[in-house]
Amino acid sequence: MSHSLATRRSWFEATARARLAGLLDPGSLTEILPPAQSQPSPHLAQLDLPGAFDDGVIIGCGRLAEKTVFVAAQEGQFMGGAVGEIHGAKIVGLLRRAVKEKPAAVLLLIDSGGVRLHEANAGLIAISEIMRAVLDARAAGVPVVALVGGSCGAFGGMGIVAKLCSAILISEEGRLALSGPEVIETVAGVEEFDAKDRALVWRVTGGKHRYLMGDCAMLVDDDLAAFRRGATEFLAGWRESAPSLASLRSRQQVLENRLAAYGALRDGLQIWAALGVAQPESVPLLDRDSLVALKEGLPT
Amino acid sequence: MKLIDILDCLFPAGHAVDVANSVITGQAETAQGTAAVLGTTDAAAIDHAMALALADFILDTVEQHPGRPLVFMVDTSGQALSRSQELLCLNGSLAHLASCVDLARRQGHASFSLVTANAVSGGFLSFGLMADRAYALADAQVRVMDLRAMARVTKIPHERLVELAATSPIFAPGAESYVRMGGVEAIWPTASAELLEQALLVALQTAPVTDQRMGCGLTRGGRQLAAGVAKMVQNTVLGA
Repeated sequence: MSHSLATRRSWFEATARARLAGLLDPGSLTEILPPAQSQPSPHLAQLDLPGAFDDGVIIGCGRLAEKTVFVAAQEGQFMGGAVGEIHGAKIVGLLRRAVKEKPAAVLLLIDSGGVRLHEANAGLIAISEIMRAVLDARAAGVPVVALVGGSCGAFGGMGIVAKLCSAILISEEGRLALSGPEVIETVAGVEEFDAKDRALVWRVTGGKHRYLMGDCAMLVDDDLAAFRRGATEFLAGWRESAPSLASLRSRQQVLENRLAAYGALRDGLQIWAALGVAQPESVPLLDRDSLVALKEGLPT
Repeated sequence: MKLIDILDCLFPAGHAVDVANSVITGQAETAQGTAAVLGTTDAAAIDHAMALALADFILDTVEQHPGRPLVFMVDTSGQALSRSQELLCLNGSLAHLASCVDLARRQGHASFSLVTANAVSGGFLSFGLMADRAYALADAQVRVMDLRAMARVTKIPHERLVELAATSPIFAPGAESYVRMGGVEAIWPTASAELLEQALLVALQTAPVTDQRMGCGLTRGGRQLAAGVAKMVQNTVLGA
């Protein structure tokens, strides 16, 4: 069921509020700590930088296909969706609340470069608190799902948080990684990673590559309705299992095998060829449905 | 101080620790019995291989020595910066390591980490900050980024950051800031068997531990907002 381009509403281009409006059942969002009840970051004020009353993240409770879900949506247009003291505490508070109230899921609409450097220490500790809170929610039986498709992607500590979730739903436009290409270029040189080569950046960190490698559970179109359908479909077939030695052992094996097989490669094209894709150079041009079909045909 | 000297000071009753590819794994004797000792040395930039070696050792400990405490030694300059590492989703391997530390906690393994030299961003997040508590030696460097690099990225003049760092634990690099923020429990003036035994006793007596760091940050005056905001989010009556 593919939508024509004319009826698509881009997730990538939407604001955090518009994403929530498109994702949840209409009118179902109740925001927790809405702007009228909160304060902007005093740490930014101290640096004479403008703040935002929601500190760049909207949190609340809503419904997805009539199930109660908690949501946190980062606003990439405010300081790159970066995590500061208030921003982080809102997400941690929401995840802790989920442990008690057991919603059907917590949906993290990640759009973030990671730690907010202007509040560096508070941001780093907050990310580590989010990490533990995600794992606590999952251990309490509440799935935590990351939705990645915004202009800032999921980088730095938020890239780690995304990979701690039950699953990641990503669009082709979404990016998922640890260090940004600019950081690698600055430290290791342009030969190592040319951050201006957008096609290369997508072949290394982009949604299609992450999906082909099995790092994301679902690839969805860059469309509000597609994210809504994807999240609904994922949750319908998912039961969160308790953390176990066996599951981490098998994950360990997968990661070790993959490092042995592909550890020396430097481009998505090389990996896709090694995965058995007959025409790796065609991957960037494939639409979503064709890519999903391609992955299904690959030996895993 | 060399790793071997630190280990000798911490574990005078004996230790058997291997170092391979900057990854420390082994066992040490304490008054509370044998502890698993693991972590990184030489300001390791954590890559897939290191993260997986640590994760594997944790899973072995959980399987073969139920309840054995974990002592993490932290000396990391952050995550490895390379295209190949990112291509294989380095954040995924660090998340896997963090999940293994978390599993150990849930299975009743007390843990704490000791920053011996450097603790920087991704490397620190994946295991040092996942332990129940973190401690740091007095001369340890704990930070996200140094102030010069921070000035470059934030476009705030270096002098201004230096000036603010004198009063703001929010972004001043250093173990002392992390103590005030609640991220580090205490600073050890030196690597000492006595302090290690105390930390181990605290860890064993209070496990399993819930995340107390926001509260500590508030009582120590370093993080004034986080605890209150999180509490408000938890307690707000919906639809009121």
